[in-house]
Amino acid sequence: MLYFFEQFLNGIQLGMLLFLLAAGLTLIFGIMDLVNLAHGSLYMLGAYFAATFADWTDSFLLGALLALAATAVTGMLLEVIAVRRLYGRSHLDHVLGTFGLLLFFNELVRLIWGPAGMTLSLPSEMLNAVEVLPGLFYPLYRLVIIGVTLVVAVLMYLLIMRTRLGMLIRAGASNREMVGALGVNIKLLYTMIFGLGAALAGFAGLMQAPILTVQIGMGENILIAAFVVVTIGGIGSIRGAFMASVLVGLADTVGRAFVPDLLHAFLSESASSSLGRALSSMMVYLVMALVLIARPEGLFPAAGK
Amino acid sequence: MKRAWIAAGAALALTSGPALTQDKTIKIGFVSTFTGPPAAIGNDMKNSFELGLEHHGRKLGGLPVEVIYADDQTKPEVGVQKTQELIESNHVDFVVGYIWSNVLIASLKPLIDSKTMTVVTNAGASQFAGELCSPYAFSTSWQNDQTPAAVGLYMNQKGVKSAFLIGPNYAAGKDMLAGVQQTFKGQIVGQELTRWPDQLDFSAELSKARAAKPDAIFAFYPGGAGVQFVTQYVQAGLKGQIPLYTAFTIDDLSLPRLKDLAVGVPGAQEWVNDLSNPANQKYVADYKAKYNASPSFYGAQTYDAVGLIDSAVTAVKGDLSNKEGMRKEMEKANFKSVRGNFRFGNNHIPIQDFYLQDAAKNPDGGYSLHTVATIVKDDQDRFHDRCPMK
Repeated sequence: MLYFFEQFLNGIQLGMLLFLLAAGLTLIFGIMDLVNLAHGSLYMLGAYFAATFADWTDSFLLGALLALAATAVTGMLLEVIAVRRLYGRSHLDHVLGTFGLLLFFNELVRLIWGPAGMTLSLPSEMLNAVEVLPGLFYPLYRLVIIGVTLVVAVLMYLLIMRTRLGMLIRAGASNREMVGALGVNIKLLYTMIFGLGAALAGFAGLMQAPILTVQIGMGENILIAAFVVVTIGGIGSIRGAFMASVLVGLADTVGRAFVPDLLHAFLSESASSSLGRALSSMMVYLVMALVLIARPEGLFPAAGK
Repeated sequence: MKRAWIAAGAALALTSGPALTQDKTIKIGFVSTFTGPPAAIGNDMKNSFELGLEHHGRKLGGLPVEVIYADDQTKPEVGVQKTQELIESNHVDFVVGYIWSNVLIASLKPLIDSKTMTVVTNAGASQFAGELCSPYAFSTSWQNDQTPAAVGLYMNQKGVKSAFLIGPNYAAGKDMLAGVQQTFKGQIVGQELTRWPDQLDFSAELSKARAAKPDAIFAFYPGGAGVQFVTQYVQAGLKGQIPLYTAFTIDDLSLPRLKDLAVGVPGAQEWVNDLSNPANQKYVADYKAKYNASPSFYGAQTYDAVGLIDSAVTAVKGDLSNKEGMRKEMEKANFKSVRGNFRFGNNHIPIQDFYLQDAAKNPDGGYSLHTVATIVKDDQDRFHDRCPMK
């Protein structure tokens, strides 16, 4: 039972990480109608910035804050210089353009930081496991990720549902021309949304950096999972992204933790281990297929679409 | 990019070989990984190879050298294509390199069919040591099973009664987990093969390991994945609870990133940077002076390839068409290896010692690997019987 709960926490934690990435993606996809493959590059930059700044300042927290600001600024510059030219074009152009950016950023990072990758070390008090329930130890830092992401999710909700900027974002999502006609500076709004999305991606990158890695191309695998989350959740919906993230995180962890053992109950050792591994890597996509059969628009389709 | 390498190699060959044998060079194709995070490994191998060539005055057996570096991108299908290109278009005399077992297996057929002289400097796929052995292919590394088997022996010495095994799901990962089971006498309470190379989060597997309550965990994670695995193992609070034993997980490339996390985690290796033979001392000192970093075992094995090729070309007096002569000389392993002298088995895999290594913090604040003890002497891989060469 404790083991089950521990795996459950693992799933939630993975889901939280996916949410940070998917929230920015779904904002940009849903509101600006832009397919942004370079989102994973911003995730990578967040991690590289954090590792560099933490090294300079000798403080994890300070490094993280600086990295967050730096990623947001990079995102806004990227929007003004390059991405702005892609609006109103077809999705294929988006994919081509942002894929080019992805290659550009990988090479840029290699030139600046070298190919070996970096390390973002945690403060030593974080390097531990705490007893969540009697007999159940869980890594403290992973609990911090869960907690901090929940705070970010609440802040996002407040920003979008309770502020003027949020109102403009929602209005822009429903009817872009009308918002522009009412005298709102839609260009500036888009730049800000892109910056916000970039900051979220950078945040995801720097939060996972101490667990996973800071290396070139680190955003590419997880970006696929983030697109799955966006699709399941309903394009443009932050609430949907949150639910879908938890669902995908749990599906992936359950797949890795239990499917091979479950199969072993009625299959031979070698068959169950190879089939189990294949099935567990497919779990996420199976969930997506099932959700899309039941609800082709995703779990929470954004209003007005 | 590749054209630039060829040009650079040709230019070097021309400047270093005046008048004497202007028309004759040794062409060496070098297959390794030069893109993505594993480029750190590829660069270490390349740096060591270049250093070895410098130590020989950029001439092997009296002939100037031209090296063509090819990037396998960690992918078997790219590796085989680059290998074919080197053999068929570049007409290389030697092919050197290969980090990954799955890339090597894919590339073996063109190498064997064309009877190209080959020196594998890392990958140790069991098939290469067994049924796919070739008279013209040599290894300066090991067969995959050997290193984990040495770790298994050490676990027996430490009185480990039960173990949980974990590694990536590709050719080498399977060999490694099989290797540790060859010698480890305790019970295996669980075994995990994780997605390779894209899975970097091991939370579910570490939870499984904790739930299985073993005496020890054995892990094989080469390159960057080793950094992630050890980091997550420490973060899970397992370091004080379940000791970790490793093969190819903590090396001179990952140690600067792992720092304190790696201290006290034992591993086995056939070469450690502090081995006290003169050839090794020269190699390590010159490498550090030139590249401002510590060489890894990947580099050491590749450095040895230079000495091995030099011995072969010297023996045939530069007649590169005399493959039989080169093969016979190479079988003697007649060169100064940085791991100390060794001999080749019938399958051209070294018969050699394996050491216990440990990471420690130095007084200057840096970290380095040290030889603790010899675990096994003159170890021969268990697949040599399957090799038809006698």
